[in-house]
Amino acid sequence: MRGNKLMKRVYVNEAWCLGCHLCEYNCAFANSGLSDMALALKGKPIYPRIHIEEAGKICYAVSCRHCEDPMCVRSCIAAALSKKDGVVCIDRDRCVSCYTCVLVCPYGALAPGASGVMQKCELCLENSCGAPACVAGCPNRAIVYEERGEVQ
Amino acid sequence: MKHYVIIGNGVAAAGCIEGIRSIDRETPVTVVSEERHAVYCRPLISYYLEGKTDPARMAYRGADFYERMGADVRYGRKAVRIDPEGKEVLLDDGTALPYSALCIAAGSSPFVPPFRGLETVQNRCSFMTLDDALLLERMIAPESRVLIVGAGLIGLKCAEGLSGRVAEITVCDLADRVLSSILDAECAAMMQAHLEQHGIRFFLKDSADRFDGQTAYMKSGAEVTFDVLVLAVGVRANTSLLKEIGGEVNRGILTDEQMRTSVPDIYAAGDCTEGMDRSIGQRRVLAILPNAYMQGHAAGVSMAGGQERFDKAIPMNSIGFFGLHAMTAGAYEGEMYEEKTAHSLKRLFTKDGLLKGFILIGCDERAGIYTSMIREQTPLSSVDFELLRKAATTAAFPASERRKKFGGVV
Repeated sequence: MRGNKLMKRVYVNEAWCLGCHLCEYNCAFANSGLSDMALALKGKPIYPRIHIEEAGKICYAVSCRHCEDPMCVRSCIAAALSKKDGVVCIDRDRCVSCYTCVLVCPYGALAPGASGVMQKCELCLENSCGAPACVAGCPNRAIVYEERGEVQ
Repeated sequence: MKHYVIIGNGVAAAGCIEGIRSIDRETPVTVVSEERHAVYCRPLISYYLEGKTDPARMAYRGADFYERMGADVRYGRKAVRIDPEGKEVLLDDGTALPYSALCIAAGSSPFVPPFRGLETVQNRCSFMTLDDALLLERMIAPESRVLIVGAGLIGLKCAEGLSGRVAEITVCDLADRVLSSILDAECAAMMQAHLEQHGIRFFLKDSADRFDGQTAYMKSGAEVTFDVLVLAVGVRANTSLLKEIGGEVNRGILTDEQMRTSVPDIYAAGDCTEGMDRSIGQRRVLAILPNAYMQGHAAGVSMAGGQERFDKAIPMNSIGFFGLHAMTAGAYEGEMYEEKTAHSLKRLFTKDGLLKGFILIGCDERAGIYTSMIREQTPLSSVDFELLRKAATTAAFPASERRKKFGGVV
């Protein structure tokens, strides 16, 4: 039932992240709409919706936090971003690439895709995976998809 | 009887309606809308000219918004007076709307200086509303020469929107640089050069002394002939309704953090208000869409008896022209850190152990990390600023902070 369901999110445990960047490839593949990974990614620049932050010995994956009170949604000048059932979604047909969401997201979780239109993690609910591909493919279980608090 | 009234029907009003309804599903809401359009994304009017959007996609909310929210909109009506004793808003058709709580979300209006001979110009418009954009579109033809007075955000977005649809675009401004409200001289010069590469012609430190038909006689002595004139000199907050009844007004309507004005039961939100700029600790008009929504929402919640504060406001803008983006936030004071390439310019300003402001041109990746540091007043001593100034990264925050951000609900 809506209203009292716990919200599943992607969480990262940086102690377990190997910095292998597989999540980025799995993300780009999951959102490519293609069924062959080599065809989707080989020799092309990739535009994943998750990225690895690296500094010295630190590395960990960052994707949309689906904030309780998302600055990006409140700031979008095109009303392209909205929150539906706990998921911050983007209507890419409305986006005019003004980058206001990039200016306000405190996590750096939005970036333009190949066409210049913004894209962001929608938990693979909008593609054929149905659940985050980054989590499924993480070899060290550093990225997990689980409920930790927020009620939907 | 309880009744909410909102003057204005822009994004602040939409925020106000949603704020009210997050608390109170019952009390009637009446919206006074001078424009005959449902709430739309006002900053998109230049993108409309550019063909990147259309009126259907410009709607800020779905077609059933007002019905779903139980809000009655009086289109084409103007609020002419507030009676704070009788608690009524008087409209231009003689209607009196009683209110128990009122929100002034009246926005701003184009400021048109008293140019001599302006009345002799047949094809002229401002560039603030969807109707302005539609009018401008009707006035232009592929062979048109357009003169835009004002090289600020509005004038230049208009220029970009018109590019490719008209023969010639000239922009003049009294200021010595483009985007003078958000860019310093060097950054402005970079943006100007980019705009010039795309065919926009500038007359800076210059403006029209007088107009005669299709000619602008400039203060410098130059003459500019044009077919269409766009006036984008600046805007003024619409404060008169509150000022007339003795409410506190400066350049915008003054409010507290719950968006209450100095008059009981009257709130204000959006471009008509003056807010506290956290980056300088002083009040100023912060007329940007994110603030309009958040102020409106806070006002709505407060009107309905809830608690929501609008604070941590800073000036911030993300604006691009022909593929080159400029992002700015906060105040440009203190020590400057700079990185420059042929195509990008990054300036970070630090003072008193805090990041105070930035200008980023052509290097906007993850800029929101910087913005949040200004907004949250993150002490630089708590982060690895050496790392951060090279690239915006949350890896520069302490491990405990990272665990909170990426391992918890935010």
